[in-house]
Amino acid sequence: MTRKQRRLALIGSGLGVLAIAVALMLNAFRDSIVFFNSPSDIESKHVAVGTRIRLGGLVKNGSLFHGNNLKVRFTVTDGSREIPVAYQGVLPDLFREGQGVVAEGVLDGAGLFNADTILAKHDETYMPKEVADALKRSGHWKDDYTQRTPPKEVGK
Amino acid sequence: MIAELGHYALVLALGLALIQGSMPIIGARGNDTALMTMASATALAQFVFVAAAFAALGACYVTSDFSVLNVYENSNSAMPLLYRLTSIWGNHEGSMMLWILILALFGALVAAFGNNLPLRLKTNALAVQAWIAAAFELFILLTSNPFLRIADAPFEGRDLNPILQDPGLAFHPPFLYLGYVGFSIAFSFAIAALLEGRIDAAWARWVRPWVLGAWMCLTLGIAGGSFWAYYELGWGGFWFWDPVENASLMPWLAGTALLHSAVVMEKRGALKVWTILLAIVAFSLSLIGTFLVRSGVLTSVHAFATDPRRGIFILAILVAFIGGALALYAWRAPLLKQGGLFAPISREGALVLNNLLLTSACATVFVGTLYPLALEALTGEKISVGPPFFNATFAPLFVPLLIAMPFGPLLGWKRGDLLAAGQRLAVAAILAAITVAAAFALQRGGPVLAPFGLGVAIFVMAGALVDIAERTLVLRIPLAAALRRAVGLPRSAWGAAFAHFGMGVTLFGIVAVTAWGSERIAALKPGDTVELAHYRLTFDGILKRAGANYQDSVGHFSVRRSGGDLIGALEPSRRMFPSREMATTEAALMTRGMSQLYLSIGDATAQGAVPVRLYFKPQVLMIWLGALIMFAGGALSLSDRRLRVGAPRRAKASAVLQAAK
Repeated sequence: MTRKQRRLALIGSGLGVLAIAVALMLNAFRDSIVFFNSPSDIESKHVAVGTRIRLGGLVKNGSLFHGNNLKVRFTVTDGSREIPVAYQGVLPDLFREGQGVVAEGVLDGAGLFNADTILAKHDETYMPKEVADALKRSGHWKDDYTQRTPPKEVGK
Repeated sequence: MIAELGHYALVLALGLALIQGSMPIIGARGNDTALMTMASATALAQFVFVAAAFAALGACYVTSDFSVLNVYENSNSAMPLLYRLTSIWGNHEGSMMLWILILALFGALVAAFGNNLPLRLKTNALAVQAWIAAAFELFILLTSNPFLRIADAPFEGRDLNPILQDPGLAFHPPFLYLGYVGFSIAFSFAIAALLEGRIDAAWARWVRPWVLGAWMCLTLGIAGGSFWAYYELGWGGFWFWDPVENASLMPWLAGTALLHSAVVMEKRGALKVWTILLAIVAFSLSLIGTFLVRSGVLTSVHAFATDPRRGIFILAILVAFIGGALALYAWRAPLLKQGGLFAPISREGALVLNNLLLTSACATVFVGTLYPLALEALTGEKISVGPPFFNATFAPLFVPLLIAMPFGPLLGWKRGDLLAAGQRLAVAAILAAITVAAAFALQRGGPVLAPFGLGVAIFVMAGALVDIAERTLVLRIPLAAALRRAVGLPRSAWGAAFAHFGMGVTLFGIVAVTAWGSERIAALKPGDTVELAHYRLTFDGILKRAGANYQDSVGHFSVRRSGGDLIGALEPSRRMFPSREMATTEAALMTRGMSQLYLSIGDATAQGAVPVRLYFKPQVLMIWLGALIMFAGGALSLSDRRLRVGAPRRAKASAVLQAAK
């Protein structure tokens, strides 16, 4: 092979691998992306039953109910709309009523959100960014949510 | 007083960095040796002052000086000394101090031990290093000053985030930063080479030890972080594809590629332009990682710097350095001379394939990590890209890489024989096939792909052994002669085999725990039992215990084999930290061989039952054992005579220096 042919082979294989990578990514983007929604978004966007989404908002005061076998029910609110959530498992350390929460799962036909993951918050003052933005949009943001500066942690 | 001294030392360090970044460059352009040698002196002095500033901050933490805002916010006098020390970097300001401390340390090491480097290259590299240092010192002084005082000093500090009060945190960030910042040396050398417009195989020989050292530390740092998340977060995951984890994985992938392409450049003089690009990319990804973690753009398990000025400042640093470096590269790289020829099937070809797959895998992680941010900035739509994305993109690129891995070292330079390499690997392939068959026979309802994953892991491990066996001719010549050959083998060959073997070990652990790990969640009252994977646990009750700055509620569980004999106890706890009104979950682990039983408990419910999460994690320790083996491989390779920063060269270098004078 001449120098030119070898270089072409090199560039060709490089582009080949890159094309495979791009194809894999496009394919994965179609199947495995989860959108974040506030309760109001779910109503306004008509999120389809069975679509995997993230639901974020505040846990409504007085809505937490413990059932048998670690089943829990609670209501997520953004101030204007509410969605009931069902979950089975151990709640994160800082799951509390009146605090922000992000749940991942699917909506069923009856309007109940079946969560399989409740995202752990790290700290009592930390509000998930999506939740904070959703609250600001619905006009229910209170400044005292951030009065104490969140602790800053070191990065991995 | 100490805080003010630290602040002052940091300002002086910035001044020194500015001198180090300007004067020697002028000297290098005008061939002024006196100005050029200033680079080393200022690099050493800068390190002394940065170290002094860091020590001053450390002193404030040790003495619990709560009149310093940073100490008040992140420390507490009740904390043990170890955590008072680790909380120096358990927060934004302090971790940036650690960042520049390591940066200055590396600069000083180049200055002190780079005697065999050509003066002009060393000067330019140290100057580039100083620009980075100056940018980050300015960042700290302007936006993240850890030495700020509070007017009315509070009586007690707010405590370190409890989740970070853990021995794992003592060593995870420093190693990670050693890795991140270590790539700055390769970056500086790449820029220096571009400034000069000249590069040769020797460049790779000088840069490789630094890359190797950085890679080793990064490997250990990532593994440490993964292990910490595994036992501290209470849900037993070892990798979450969290953006912050990805931020550390990307430089590792690019750094691994750089390590391999530098071998080609050193041995064969080829791939120069590519290696330079990788050196720039590896450090750029480290900077991007710093930006992602420090700017607050991410929602992740790592909390934030909420001050938007910081994000903008780091973004400016990012744009200046990455943009500048790439522009310089586009301008100067065509000047660099072409390297040696090689056939596609050859050691070089295998290393090119390694580079292609590693950089593509790195690109998928990059896109998956940054796409949500870009989409939110452009459309306001919020999405999350989670493990399914990375499993569908990263894994298909990494598996061919792992399968090709044992072939590389068995191919010759310039032109290799794939068939011969395949024949030598027959033993490894047979072992892998047996593993696949055995896994299929033994597994009850696991994923279909899992046995093949184990097969690949065994193939990689056996391949590394075959490589060593081929080099020492063990089993073919008398044992004593083979041993002599083994001792005579270059340490870098041993290092490569170790690192590849370690990769196989890690893969084995990942596949086993992902495919065959099992989990039980239950609410237990005292006396209840729960069974999982041949083990039976009995919940005996909850005890209260007081710690230094926390209250423990310890659950006691007796562990029996399903057969009945008692093998031990597990004591997971809920740890309440009153200073932050925050609780953490302290999981309890029982090690059985390489596997672990993992138990964590939640707060008791109103009915008096305790929620319990029990996991069986088969072969999980192999994940981190593999990383340790990779680290050991790097260390072996680093101790190779060829790479040692050469004492015999010193005489020649100083002769050249004198001639230049």
